[in-house]
Amino acid sequence: MAGSGIVFGQVSHTYRPPRGRPVLALDGVSLEVKEREFVALLGPSGCGKSTLLYLLGGFLPVETGSIAVGGKPVHGPGPDRGIVFQNYSLFPWKTVRQNVLYGLEKQRKPKAERERRAQELIELVHLKGFEDSYPSQLSGGMKQRVAIARTLAIEPETLLMDEPFGALDAQTRTLMHEELLAIMRRTPKTVVFVTHDVREAVYLADRVAVMTARPGRIKQIVETKPVGGSRTDFMHTREFGDKVDYLWNLVRDEAIKAQEANA
Amino acid sequence: MTSNSVFTRYLPLLLLAILWEVAPRLHVVDPSELPPLSAVAMAWWGLLTDGDLWTNGVSSFINWSFGLGGAILIGIALGVLMAWYQTVDDVASPLVKALYPMPKSALIPVMILWLGLGAGSKIASIGMSCLLPVILSAYNGARGVDQALIWSARACGASEREVLWEVILPGALPEILAGIRNAVAISFIVLVASELLVGQRGLGYLISFLGEGGVYDAMFAVVITVSALGFFADRAYLYFMRRTLVWRE
Repeated sequence: MAGSGIVFGQVSHTYRPPRGRPVLALDGVSLEVKEREFVALLGPSGCGKSTLLYLLGGFLPVETGSIAVGGKPVHGPGPDRGIVFQNYSLFPWKTVRQNVLYGLEKQRKPKAERERRAQELIELVHLKGFEDSYPSQLSGGMKQRVAIARTLAIEPETLLMDEPFGALDAQTRTLMHEELLAIMRRTPKTVVFVTHDVREAVYLADRVAVMTARPGRIKQIVETKPVGGSRTDFMHTREFGDKVDYLWNLVRDEAIKAQEANA
Repeated sequence: MTSNSVFTRYLPLLLLAILWEVAPRLHVVDPSELPPLSAVAMAWWGLLTDGDLWTNGVSSFINWSFGLGGAILIGIALGVLMAWYQTVDDVASPLVKALYPMPKSALIPVMILWLGLGAGSKIASIGMSCLLPVILSAYNGARGVDQALIWSARACGASEREVLWEVILPGALPEILAGIRNAVAISFIVLVASELLVGQRGLGYLISFLGEGGVYDAMFAVVITVSALGFFADRAYLYFMRRTLVWRE
């Protein structure tokens, strides 16, 4: 399979803390994400959904099972898979422009092209006028837009998002959802989006993979792609509400299990 | 206190200066043990004009800058590498922990034994004493760099080496700069102590020479000079640190 389709095959992962006993975080996860598909990984906290994303990113070694992107097994991080983290992860000592430029510099693009592309992306995420600000001078939503611009700058085929809007207030989050969808319309990508927010998952994703409490397994995969019409319209349909209720019931049991396990 | 004008801020210093002038003159303290401030000031002017302060100051400055500079370079490199490579950590960590509680001045006689009475032993004493705070700050700073920041750089295509230079080092910088400030304070202590002990040059030597010769007003003049240099070095360093870390708010 060419392109950016992703195949998780029986992926297990054991977390070994420096002290204490090893914990099985993921247990035989199999999942296929088609090229240019938007898949949300939904599950209670601690279910290993972020771990799955880090394995896909190549930040953690795949010890059991296999992960392939475009038919090639994942081996370390690479610019074909861009990542956006919950806590923005901007270089605090770099300005907005320098942050966006970072990936382009690593790609050894010519200077003129780097500058042009950085400016383009800064405008895409509506941060014109803040090019020379430092991250500490920006709000959470603005920081996350810089992070998205930095990741998009290197044109990854796959976008990994680790609860990217989890730290934002509800209004900002809604606006960011709309912006993300607009960006995806302009430059479609394969997206794996980790979240514990059911509405967010249904609104953004084509399919939602619900994960169990630890050790994480795929409990069920639910189609959430609206049939015709835009996503914004979809949000106001009865079908949307039904999907949210259905998924919430699936997640609820797991969230309770996760709570009991932690108690 | 309602006002924090320059006057009120320096009022305690001014009072101390007046006390220093008046107390010896009224023989509240023995003027041969504590000469009045005006006499100290005159002696300072004398040392400045006949060049003693300058030549010894330059000599001290050279020892100080080589010792501290070396400690900063080696300390940052070692601290960051310890944080980054487990094997370096395994080898160096026990040594650092063993040396940490050692009184810095205890190193001076050892260095004299190994390197002689010249500048080498003083530079080495200052360097060794300043090394530990720099190593520790670089180590903690590098350890504290957010994992997601490193991963973001890796996902952009940065090599391990590039991550070290472009993420770990700048990420550790705030801690490193704070560690260097401690090192600067220590450097002054060890500089003067090493020159007091042996040698024929340097401000510390000048203090002991004048003290042994009973020229107490001049001795106090050098002591004040060294204190002032330490104070202004710290102020200048603080200014530099704030300028460097503008990105932190």
